[in-house]
Formats: sequence, C-alpha cells, structure tokens
Amino acid sequence: MKIRIHVSLKPGVLDPQGRAVHHALEGLGFAGVDDVRIGRLIELDVADDTSDAALTDMCEKLLANTVIENYRIEKVAA
Amino acid sequence: MKTAVVTFPGSNCDRDMWTALRDVSGREPVKVWHGDADLPDDLDFIALPGGFSYGDYLRSGAMAANSPIMRSIVTAANRGVPVLGVCNGFQVLTEAGLLPGALMRNAGQTFICRTVPLTVENSQSLFTARYEAGEEIRIPVAHHDGNYFAEDEVLDRLEGEGRVAFRYAENCNGSRRDIAGIINASGNVLGMMPHPERAIEDDHGGSDGRRLFESILGELV
Repeated sequence: MKIRIHVSLKPGVLDPQGRAVHHALEGLGFAGVDDVRIGRLIELDVADDTSDAALTDMCEKLLANTVIENYRIEKVAA
Repeated sequence: MKTAVVTFPGSNCDRDMWTALRDVSGREPVKVWHGDADLPDDLDFIALPGGFSYGDYLRSGAMAANSPIMRSIVTAANRGVPVLGVCNGFQVLTEAGLLPGALMRNAGQTFICRTVPLTVENSQSLFTARYEAGEEIRIPVAHHDGNYFAEDEVLDRLEGEGRVAFRYAENCNGSRRDIAGIINASGNVLGMMPHPERAIEDDHGGSDGRRLFESILGELV
C-alpha cells in the first residue's frame, strides 16, 4: 500500500523559506502570488494491513513535529 | 564526579565539549556512542554536543532523538541527572520531548557563525549560578536552525517560571522572545543554541562560557 504523508507548517508559524521563495517568484515577474508555504512530502510503501492508527503513530512520533507541523495522511490508489 | 559526552553520527562539537568538561572538572568525561543502549552507571552529568547528527535528516535532531542512547538519557533526565544540550544537542532535547518548543530555520535563512551577546536571565539555576542575573556575556553561535519557536502559552509559562536561562541581547535568528536557552520544569535540563564550550579560555577569544560549566560541575562536587 502506498501512502503519502503531507507535512506542512502550522498556520501562524513563520516560514522564512517560503517567504524567500515568494520574493523570488515576484522577482521572476509572477504576479498574484499571495503566499508561499513550504512543506514536505514523505512517501511510504507499507504492508496492506497497516492500520490507520499505526500510520498516525508514525506521524506523531517521528515524521512530523507537531509543535510546528501539521500532517495529512493520504492513501494512494494502487 | 562522572560526566559523559554523547556522540551521534555527525556530531562535531563532541571533542570541544569533552575538553571543556575535562578542563573544568579535572576528570576525563566518558565518551558515549549513540548506538549504546545503556549509559555508564552513576553519571553525574550528561552533555549532548553540537553538530549535524544524522545529517539533519528529516528535521535537525529528529533522528538522534530516536537513537538507542536517547531512551536511557530520557530516563536519566527524568530521574534528575543534569543534562546539557548545546546547539544540535538543544534540537535533540526538544525533539526528544525533554524541552518544549522547536528550533526552526533561522529567520534570515543563513547559517550564522559569530560571537553574540547574551543576557543571563536566570542566575539561580544549576547551570547559571556563577553568573549575575541581567549580566551580558559573549558566546559563539554556529547554527542554521536556531530559531526558537513555541506557542504563546508555552513562552508565558517558561518566562513565568524563570525557565528562560539566556536571551539574545540582539536577536540573530528570529527566536521568539529572543530566547537562546531554556530549562525544563525540574531544573535539571538546559538546552541552548550558543556554544559555551567554545568560550572557556581566553585563547578562544573569550571565556564567558566557562562559568556555565563551573556552575553545574561546582554544584555537583
């Protein structure tokens, strides 16, 4: 089973990297970009019987730092 | 007195930390490897050094926080053994849940390597007793991810309980409320981004870090 874990900075947490990329996009002449936030995509290939609870546990214990990050678990259709 | 310095793959300030502890305590610290399951018996003090443990994979300190030795360190810290985490060691302590908050990418996006002025906020702790409250000291920083973040209520609690040990006199990395170092609720764990072990003798360009080690090691004598 293929899983995608989308990790993003929580709203309100400053993202200097996103801000720098935002400036760069503006520098390239792209208008109308209001905000840029940079996150992380983690792709897992797990046993089909892996429980949702186990996936959540993986995110909470390691894949995301819930002090500053949110995560979303996506199951990818085979 | 028995002290230990933990080395993770990618630690690069472990030798400086080891030397600082040896010079101040007069006894050679034990070297502990990240893959060790157990700490030596009867340790009086544990230091987690700076560096780039596990290449900063995933997040700075995240992999080290889950290494075998950290389970023993968390147990020891909860038992009251004093633990100091400097720079990457601070990141590891937050990732391991021994200290609140997180260290994010510097607000200016650049790696900062220079000596900065700090204000000693709390001179009553195990780690800062040899400083004066409000004193300004100069300690080197060298980090890319030193931007301290915690929610407002966490910051309020840290300040209310006197758990901010050091602040940047000039905020160099975007840290909330200028925080450079914090102490846990029981007072035996300190995490800080600046490197006191790089300022223990005048040949380093300053020795303001030495009193941190004298504070903690002096308390333990």
